[in-house]
Amino acid sequence: MWSAVVGFLVAWFIAFFRFFLPRTLFEPATSFKIGYPEEYGLGVDTKFQQRYRIWVDRTPDRIFVIYARCTHLGCTPDWKPSENKFKCPCHGSGYDSEGINFEGPAPRPMDRAKVEIAPDGQILVDVSRLYQWPKGQPSQFNDDGAFLRA
Amino acid sequence: MPEEENGNGKNGKQIGLLERVKAGVKDDVQSLKTDLPAKAKEQIEGLKDPTKTQVFTSIFRHKHDDTPRNRALGVLSNVFLHLHPAKINRDAVRYSYTWGMGGITFYLFIVLTFTGVLLMFYYHPSKVQAFRDVLYLEHDVPFGKLLRNMHRWAAHLMVIAVWLHMFRVFLTGSYKKPREFNWNIGVLLLVFTLLLSFTGYLLPDDQLGFWAVTVGTNMARATPLLGHEGPFGKMLGMTPYNDVRFGLLGGSIVDANALLRSYIWHCIGIPIVASVLMIVHFWRVRKDGGISGPAPVMLTSEADKPRRSA
Repeated sequence: MWSAVVGFLVAWFIAFFRFFLPRTLFEPATSFKIGYPEEYGLGVDTKFQQRYRIWVDRTPDRIFVIYARCTHLGCTPDWKPSENKFKCPCHGSGYDSEGINFEGPAPRPMDRAKVEIAPDGQILVDVSRLYQWPKGQPSQFNDDGAFLRA
Repeated sequence: MPEEENGNGKNGKQIGLLERVKAGVKDDVQSLKTDLPAKAKEQIEGLKDPTKTQVFTSIFRHKHDDTPRNRALGVLSNVFLHLHPAKINRDAVRYSYTWGMGGITFYLFIVLTFTGVLLMFYYHPSKVQAFRDVLYLEHDVPFGKLLRNMHRWAAHLMVIAVWLHMFRVFLTGSYKKPREFNWNIGVLLLVFTLLLSFTGYLLPDDQLGFWAVTVGTNMARATPLLGHEGPFGKMLGMTPYNDVRFGLLGGSIVDANALLRSYIWHCIGIPIVASVLMIVHFWRVRKDGGISGPAPVMLTSEADKPRRSA
């Protein structure tokens, strides 16, 4: 008898917690196209910051996409062209033009999103697959998919 | 069976229906003649001294002339006050000792409940409406700005008052035996006060609250066991889509679900739990021997009189 009561209550308790984890979400798409590689010049391009929370970054030999989330506690840093750095408004983390942290509380460089060339020649970005460079661990920034050859 | 119950008189004569109705009417008329003036007299007497009427005594159940007994009854017979002791040592409520911070905290909670409920009349917890409603309250609703600012400032003050209350209790050693249990209730109330403050932060849906909650819930990623970046989280299969942060936000980002959830926790969930804990807290203050106090003060004017024992 008591085990039935306890079982009932435990079942409700579990259901109560499961209730808070929805099955379906209505969140922005994590995969999207951002145009052709030729459209991007050297340096940081902020045109998709508002829409997709990314910066497209081109160095002499690579194009990669930085996911615009501070690695400290998740605010969106600002690109400061005059200082050639990213600066987080929340707690002051600073990153150089390739998203490598050099000041403030950020524990690692900003993550980079997976990039590939879609069949139509455009750059396809997937921010659900992120490449990291955790402190004291090997960098994933040179892995396949972390960058495109320019 | 006795004959009377059949409506038959003792002499066996049948009393007809008509006679019985006549007798009834006669009784009624007689009672109107005698009772009505008596009732009217009673009403007039009641007007002369309302404290004697049945209505009055049903509401106020004891006399109110200033005697120690009546003062005690005033507390004991009131549902809102009866959690308090009927009498306390006057030294125990010296403001220089208690700072009055517990009472101020409770007062601010009442203010916040009142202003908060009023704000709910204009606020919709949805992404499209929330910030517009705040602007509407600020600029168009009569006294809206006043109410919103009362709510905001009382919230800040309540957090400060709770900390000062805790500081006072610590300084006076009031957490010691027999008040250890109530100290723990107080710690829980502190946590719930901070959670109320935090959940209320997101509700204006402005940049400040949005990023504050982004930062705050990102810390939850590092929760042991239940966070996907915390110790043992990965081993238990935690991802950004099933961990404790996801449960708090109702999603992987601070969005519409997060706004609605913090609204419900802020307005219903946490206040109810905190109210229950407050009742326990106040009740335990009394059961643990009242507000902890300094050694009783003897006034010079009373120095020669014998002190009443507690």
